[in-house]
Amino acid sequence: MIPGKFEYFAPTSLKDAVSLLNEHGSAAKILAGGQSLIPAMRFRLAQPEVLIDINRIEGLDYIREDNGYLAIGAMTRESSLDKATLIQQKYPLLADTARVIADPLVRNLATFGGNLAHADPANDHPATALSYGAKVVAFGPNGERVIAIDDFFTGLFETSMAKNEILKEIQIPTPPANSGGAYLKIERKVGDYAVAAVAVQLTLDGDTCQTIRIGLTNVAAVPMRATNAEATLLGKALTDENIRAAGAAAGAECDPSADLRGSVEYKRDLVRIVTIRALRKAIKRAKGEE
Amino acid sequence: MSHQVTLTINGKPVTREIEPRLLLVHFIREDLKLTGTHIGCDTTNCGACTVLLDDKPIKSCTMFAVQANGRNVQTIESVAENGLHPIQEGFWEKHGLQCGYCTPGMIMTSKAFLAENPNPTEDEIRWAISGNLCRCTGYTKIIEAIQYAAEKLRQASESEEKVTS
Repeated sequence: MIPGKFEYFAPTSLKDAVSLLNEHGSAAKILAGGQSLIPAMRFRLAQPEVLIDINRIEGLDYIREDNGYLAIGAMTRESSLDKATLIQQKYPLLADTARVIADPLVRNLATFGGNLAHADPANDHPATALSYGAKVVAFGPNGERVIAIDDFFTGLFETSMAKNEILKEIQIPTPPANSGGAYLKIERKVGDYAVAAVAVQLTLDGDTCQTIRIGLTNVAAVPMRATNAEATLLGKALTDENIRAAGAAAGAECDPSADLRGSVEYKRDLVRIVTIRALRKAIKRAKGEE
Repeated sequence: MSHQVTLTINGKPVTREIEPRLLLVHFIREDLKLTGTHIGCDTTNCGACTVLLDDKPIKSCTMFAVQANGRNVQTIESVAENGLHPIQEGFWEKHGLQCGYCTPGMIMTSKAFLAENPNPTEDEIRWAISGNLCRCTGYTKIIEAIQYAAEKLRQASESEEKVTS
């Protein structure tokens, strides 16, 4: 299938890319890894008149720890996240996520920034970023602006970035001691979207849950946190009973639609059980047992 | 509006005037007449169109040719030198193909994978080819083919080391 016609620009600086966005307004789309946009263009679900390819902009592909957070350039490929020792050792939730996005070939082009900016609730990074309490750096005509991830996803494929802003960096707080995280995804086959997936990031104080954030994938129209499930555990002992209660809360508060991947009831129950498993894995990691 | 692109394909520079909406796979097959790279699904699922872009395997149906400007692309046509490459030999010896449609993609993915991981486990091989679909073999024979190639490539690099030391 052949995409519709478009005008193509490959700017070499963020400033030039923003000028092009200003000039072309909503006719323009940013091309990052292209692994969601190009398939949509082939089906003509997306027909942008102008494509602004940001792959020629240098300095957007990096992973570094900085002042208490992990800074990741928006154009960092999923395969680089997957292979980074720093991420494997200190950010297991992110490592889990990067490993199950699409397939290894797609991950060689797909980018972290694109996965978030596309704001598809079926994408995997939104739940993980919500769970980490990440921040997103947007670059626009007036320079940089930091957006808390809780304020980032505003609708299906919609974010709080303005039409003339470009996602530049993702900042993930470095977890304190006694922290653990996990991402568990149920997929029909490699490369498919999740039937459901759960991201958990928590910090323990002995056996008590000191902080916790839970993100859910593909079970609502907008990437969501399971705040009721979080409340079930926050400040409480991580007993089997409480973990099961948190799973039940997550299953109840998600809002899935029935599709080829399953019925609403099935997906709710899947969220319940996957939340329980992800919590157990995160707790094990927080205790250094895995 | 057409764009001029210059890229290296199988070691040779090519320059063409192309429309930006031309997909890399169509450029390779129709403009350059290198038809070893296949189009299977056209939905970024099957990996029949896998080529190496600066040594990394990618799906050439999910990239515009204009994006490959200045880059190095390798297709299945580059793999055999002085007879079959050990990976091709593996697919031949171990019956790693039946209809053969997925084979060019499988081989390009394997080539990049074995360069990175010369001594993989079966699980690692399964993981590496998880973006390439085969509807004939059930994968078992493909895995044997890649194991055969890995062994052969390791032997070749060991004897090379002996010669140089």
